[in-house]
Amino acid sequence: MAFTFAAFCYMLALLLTAALIFFAIWHIIAFDELKTDYKNPIDQCNTLNPLVLPEYLIHFFFCVMFFCAAEWLTLFLNLPLLAYHVWRYMSRPVMSCPGLYDPTTIMNADILAYCQKEGWCKLAFYLLSFFYYLYGYVFLTLVKRILHCSVKNNYFNNFFKAIGSHCKRVKEPH
Amino acid sequence: MSTAGFNSQNGAGTGQPYSNGPSQNPVGLQQLPGAGYGSGHQSPFNLMQAKAPSPSVPGHYSPGPFQPLPPGSPYHLSPSPTAYPAPQGQPLLTAPLIGRPPSQTPPHSASSSPGLRLIPAQPTPPPPPAVSSSSYHQNPLQTAAPAWHYNTSQPTMRSPAPMILPPHGPVANNVNPAASLAGQSLPPPPLSSAAYNTSPPSPHLSQTQSQPQGLGMPPTSLHGYGQPGSAPPPMNPMAPHTYQPIRPAYGPPPTGPPPPMRPTPPPTGPPAASGTPPPTKADGAVAGNGPQATNSYNHVDSKMAGLAQPGPPGRHLGHYPSLPPGYQNTSGPPAPSPMHPAMQAATQPYTQAPQAYQQMSGGPGMAQLSPSLASMSLQSGTPEALRVVNLLQERNLLPPTPISAPTPCLTQDLQRINCSPEVYRCTLTSIPQTQSLLNKAKLPLGLLLHPFKDLSQLPVVTSSTIVRCRSCRTYINPFVSFLDQRRWKCNLCYRVNDVPEEFMYNPVSRSYGEPHKRPEVQNATIEFIAPSEYMLRPPQPAVYLFVLDVSHNAVEKGYLNVFCQSLLDNINALPGDSRTKVGFITFDSTVHFYNLQEGLSQPQMLIVSDIEDIFLPTPDSLLVNLNECKELVQDLLKSLPSLFQKTMETQSALGAALQAAFKLLSPTGGRMSVFQTQLPNLGVGALQSREDPNQRASAKEIQHLSPATDFYKKLALDCSGQQVAVDLFLLSSQYCDLASLGCISRYSAGNVYYYPSYHHQHSPAQVECFQKDLKRYLTRKIGFEAVMRIRCTKGLSIHTFHGNFFVRSTDLLSLPNVNPDAGFAVQMSIDENLVDTQVVSFQAALLYTSSKGERRIRVHTLCLPVVNSLTDIFAGADVQAISGLLACMAVDRSVTASLGDARDAMINAAIDSLASYRQFALTIQQPGLLAPACLRLFPLYILALLKQKAFRLGTSTRLDDRVFAMCQLKYQPLAYAMPMIHPSLYRLDDLTDEGALNVNERTIPQPRVLQLSVEKLSRDGAFLMDAGTVMYLWIGRNCNPIFLTQVLGVPSYADVLDNLYVLPEIDSAESQRTRALIGWLRDQRPFYPSLHVIKDESQLKASLLQHMIEDRTDSALSYYEFLLHLQQKITK
Repeated sequence: MAFTFAAFCYMLALLLTAALIFFAIWHIIAFDELKTDYKNPIDQCNTLNPLVLPEYLIHFFFCVMFFCAAEWLTLFLNLPLLAYHVWRYMSRPVMSCPGLYDPTTIMNADILAYCQKEGWCKLAFYLLSFFYYLYGYVFLTLVKRILHCSVKNNYFNNFFKAIGSHCKRVKEPH
Repeated sequence: MSTAGFNSQNGAGTGQPYSNGPSQNPVGLQQLPGAGYGSGHQSPFNLMQAKAPSPSVPGHYSPGPFQPLPPGSPYHLSPSPTAYPAPQGQPLLTAPLIGRPPSQTPPHSASSSPGLRLIPAQPTPPPPPAVSSSSYHQNPLQTAAPAWHYNTSQPTMRSPAPMILPPHGPVANNVNPAASLAGQSLPPPPLSSAAYNTSPPSPHLSQTQSQPQGLGMPPTSLHGYGQPGSAPPPMNPMAPHTYQPIRPAYGPPPTGPPPPMRPTPPPTGPPAASGTPPPTKADGAVAGNGPQATNSYNHVDSKMAGLAQPGPPGRHLGHYPSLPPGYQNTSGPPAPSPMHPAMQAATQPYTQAPQAYQQMSGGPGMAQLSPSLASMSLQSGTPEALRVVNLLQERNLLPPTPISAPTPCLTQDLQRINCSPEVYRCTLTSIPQTQSLLNKAKLPLGLLLHPFKDLSQLPVVTSSTIVRCRSCRTYINPFVSFLDQRRWKCNLCYRVNDVPEEFMYNPVSRSYGEPHKRPEVQNATIEFIAPSEYMLRPPQPAVYLFVLDVSHNAVEKGYLNVFCQSLLDNINALPGDSRTKVGFITFDSTVHFYNLQEGLSQPQMLIVSDIEDIFLPTPDSLLVNLNECKELVQDLLKSLPSLFQKTMETQSALGAALQAAFKLLSPTGGRMSVFQTQLPNLGVGALQSREDPNQRASAKEIQHLSPATDFYKKLALDCSGQQVAVDLFLLSSQYCDLASLGCISRYSAGNVYYYPSYHHQHSPAQVECFQKDLKRYLTRKIGFEAVMRIRCTKGLSIHTFHGNFFVRSTDLLSLPNVNPDAGFAVQMSIDENLVDTQVVSFQAALLYTSSKGERRIRVHTLCLPVVNSLTDIFAGADVQAISGLLACMAVDRSVTASLGDARDAMINAAIDSLASYRQFALTIQQPGLLAPACLRLFPLYILALLKQKAFRLGTSTRLDDRVFAMCQLKYQPLAYAMPMIHPSLYRLDDLTDEGALNVNERTIPQPRVLQLSVEKLSRDGAFLMDAGTVMYLWIGRNCNPIFLTQVLGVPSYADVLDNLYVLPEIDSAESQRTRALIGWLRDQRPFYPSLHVIKDESQLKASLLQHMIEDRTDSALSYYEFLLHLQQKITK
């Protein structure tokens, strides 16, 4: 009971978000390299394109998990990004392979700037959500557990001394 | 120091006093000599050419590198005959390759090993190695000098007969040794400038030169491209006067009052009268001229339109009638037209015209006019470019002669050596200091380039070290500054670099210690022979692969005969050397290869029917050395047309054929020419018809402008990576999905040619067009495995590129092939404020392998002033370049967003810039739609774009036609794109030799450019509309019988054939003039505009009327309505 499905979702999201953060960083680096002439756009697109769908799918996956776990607030926070992903993929250029980036247009200053900005925004979002999931996980697995546990559970007594009294009060009705 | 250097240099220039003030109208000056129309694209280059002894052949462009002929050149009509060296050179071209070889080889070897290069170059003898070509020919002795050889092209110019050159023609840049010899006679000294200026003295020159002093008009015109205007006055320096190019011919230059601003009087008959009057301050006081002007107009009228109406109601004169003039689509000039007949008269030089009208109009106009007059007088000190024009009141804005590029306001020294506007044009010749200033002006900032243009003179430098900035790798150029003898400061990144020891020696003067006098520092356009550091692999040979559609449809069209015949005729003129290779692939539902291996008695055909997984049957013998296997190739070409005569195969496996061709070419790189006649419908790359014919005239959205599949794009990128370019010839009357197919050329830096109604019997005009285009295509110069990098001064950056290429990094374009007809556009943005800089520079460096296997670098550097006031920005606006760039941007927008968006964006561009002008740059507010004189054609061009095939809505336009028009807008250099945007209309039945040009000993009459309105057409005349890729000759019902008999060779109007496309060669003055004019117009472009003779009842009349931009159509506004619309938006 202690380890609920919701907690599991948070834990999984935590791990996956860490992965997404790496994706975002990779993305930022790749566009920076493009901008500074280090890479050929064809190569760069070939490395970036295969990563696009996995990223979107991962994000979609834990959105579904949160939906199942009825974590409405978390789901709500993620919906805008989910919608953005759907829109972005729908409006991709004509391509026969999966991915978003077209080597012939990617060097356009507007598109390059847009992609860079997108990378930074996503990185920020994933970082924030990483901490949010961490909080959510801790809250669910630890705090709630404490709330629900009997006082006997000494293990956490010291740890949560500060809220100990509160716990007791809460506990008494039971 | 550097500046001093410059001065000294210019041969022509030296010694001439440059007076600052008056010189403002460079164009005018140049023209004085008599080059009438050419002024539009004036370039000093041309002038020079002109001087050369004339090569007789007028016609074509010679592919050869040096040979001038560049399309551009023709524009410039240089008065002197020589101007076009080899134009028709075609015949020449045909000259067997063999002739060439000797020269070729040497260069080749030279290039490959730097060491060798130096030495061999020296040999003075003509035959010499191409390398030698690089040496300056002027002074043979010099040539001997060690490492450096400069080739000024002068020689070429001078060479009496371009004909001689032929062999070279194809050769890319090499100078013709022979030519060079000829050139030697020239005065050795001024190399640098020499390149441009030194042309042999022509009467022209002398004239101009002499004048200047007396008149105060600087001779500058002679030199370089533009004239430097007067010293840059802080404010609006030079208002480039470009618009009012004086027509040289008419007014003898000398007599004309020097006033810089004044346009000379209009050419035509009345000139004397009308011309003189305006002179006074342009701006204000029109005083006494009124009457005269009128007279003159009437005169014109009567002459032109034949209308008797003498005294039109005054009110109509000055301004538009309150209602837009009737837009009669009927033929003749509407009698009841509200406009004064005068208005119908050909355009008058705009300055005058308006004033005259104003004066005359007593009534209603007066009140409105007064403010504008007032402002004019207040601003009398301002340059012409800033003269305020009320577009609603001035009807005849179109100058009678072609429009030339504005001259940047730089000091004369800089301007003299600045890059030619034919090669390099900037939308704003004064660069704003900050991005916010640019945003405020609402004008696009960008460059339009024509980097590989055939130039008549191109200095070529061979040296073991090419001096470049160590941090930004900029090539040394005329705009760097020398801090002292041993150090120079880069003008792009401001790094201080050392001058290498070798650079201290000046091969031209054979002196030491004058690095600033070296040709690199004296020429804004220069070519280097690159040492081996610039090669990733040994230079590739010229490789040509032809991929031909032989399905039933193709056979039906009958293009194979024409193709094979053209190739047979020109097989010796294909640019290349002893390593040149050719190959052929044909395809229908299978792919056929031809084994041309030496030793075979006849070509062997190999058929591969596995189109899903294509492979090369015998990889080694499909591409063969042209020289060794020429007979087999010729055999094949002779038998090919009959081979498929009976085919019933209707499918087309283009995708597989392209893949096979790619495999064949990928080891070497080269050029693939694809001829396709139908929608590919089999195997990979198959396409479906996406066009709904019912939607062609839709006023709503146009679908399917973007590719349906990325197969062609991916293949093009693969090609680009392997240095293969794909040129597409589409001959189809049915929908072929050019939007998808075009990608194959677009990203591999190829060209697209489109002949929509091609049929070997039914459309002789198109067949002729195809033949001529093919000839040019096969014989023109070509550069392989090229890259072009565009660098600009720190603070500026490149935003977007337009054209056919693949962008490999932020400033690097990959061009598997580069050809002399390709244009590029670049949008720029300002990243950092340019506060501390007076000038900025742009450098385009094109590194390519010539068809002779030499690695070469062509460098163009443009220098422009930086300004910090909006007024100056407006004064420097180049309306043609702006329109050209906007068109490119609009094409992108229609593909990524929608056509409607693109149209709105163009309209908004006009509204925003004029609103911004009104708000920030105008000191006195007044009613009306005001524009600075330099932008007065902006709304007209925008309207023309909206009615252009690419962007029009509501008029039936086939999707492929539209897409092709879009390709052309992006790909054609500005000089060729302008007539496609805004055609020129001339009256032909009263051509005179007055003001005519003399080109190659042919007299080319220069009629006025008329406004594009049906009211200009009169039933008793014959009019020529030149719309870039096509020309219409409209014959009025009551056309002058002399014209009919003498030019068309028919007794009466009724006898004019309906589908006439060739003018008979009649030995009469009228016929000669007409043919000379049409031939001259054609010679100015690399493609061949077909001519259609149109009668009143012809079917083609509708297409003629569609080009009447100023008139209203069912779905589009008239010019006047458009202006009202703009005004409404601006004042809102």
